[in-house]
Amino acid sequence: MPPLTFTYQVPGDDFTRAGEASGQLKRTLKKIGFNADVIRRVSIAMYEAEINMVIHANGGEIEAQVSPEKIEIWFRDQGPGIPDISLAMKEGYSTAPDNVRSLGFGAGMGLPNIKKYSDTLEIDTELGVGTTLHVIINAE
Amino acid sequence: MTIRDVMQILDAELICGEQLLDTEVHTACGADMMSDVLAFVKDQSVLLTGLINPQVVRTADMMDMRCIVFVRGKVPEEQVTELAVERDIVLLKTPLRMFTACGRLYEKGLRGGC
Ligand SMILES: Nc1ncnc2c1ncn2[C@@H]1O[C@H](COP(=O)(O)OP(=O)(O)OP(=O)(O)O)[C@@H](O)[C@H]1O
Ligand SMILES: [Mg+2]
Repeated sequence: MPPLTFTYQVPGDDFTRAGEASGQLKRTLKKIGFNADVIRRVSIAMYEAEINMVIHANGGEIEAQVSPEKIEIWFRDQGPGIPDISLAMKEGYSTAPDNVRSLGFGAGMGLPNIKKYSDTLEIDTELGVGTTLHVIINAE
Repeated sequence: MTIRDVMQILDAELICGEQLLDTEVHTACGADMMSDVLAFVKDQSVLLTGLINPQVVRTADMMDMRCIVFVRGKVPEEQVTELAVERDIVLLKTPLRMFTACGRLYEKGLRGGC
């Protein structure tokens, strides 16, 4: 059976809606019947990546492929790119502006969280062109 | 304890979620940084926070948290309450400050994790 594919457009100008796609996929996975631990790991990784698209890259597109063995997600944006990936991966490193911090983000924990909760994380980024995160979470 | 107990212990007012007040909760987390909450995974927990934007509800939903307590008497906008209703999350507000609210719950047996 081919994986089920879901795509979501993430608007870059509306922070209040950031996380809507993650909420939708979460409810879909629940309906399909994945176990709670898998759903939680997907939810956290996806939510962090979705928020990053909104606060750092002016939105983008998410594609999720769901099969019984794994959930595979691509986050594609046309933002500024990440100049130094190993620095960005460090806990506590953040370039988020003060207005984002006052909303509860910008702790520099998003990328480390994504890494922690996923089985595979690949980051493909080019300055001035954009960033793609490829995340795999095994379901077995 | 139940969310109803949390409400009493914190002298809190219910904003929404009356039908869920008898839900059992075992752990709590006090945070104003949502990524700190997301770094902590436990079932059936309560989130205490000084923030009132919609991301607080979305974060709690991602973590399967059942109850959010807004400290220092803060009240979120209607759209935040609507989101909580849709996600089956109880919203409470307490006049207490963060430290005092967490302390009272800890004293009554709720435990942390972040
Ligand atoms: N999609 C992206 N495009 C451009 N830069 C990014 C992107 N995602 C992350 N970054 C950069 O990497 C840094 C670290 O990201 P990370 O998610 O770990 O922390 P944060 O978003 O700043 O804070 P938090 O996730 O705790 O709210 C960001 O501050 C930003 O500079
Ligand atoms: Mg982030």
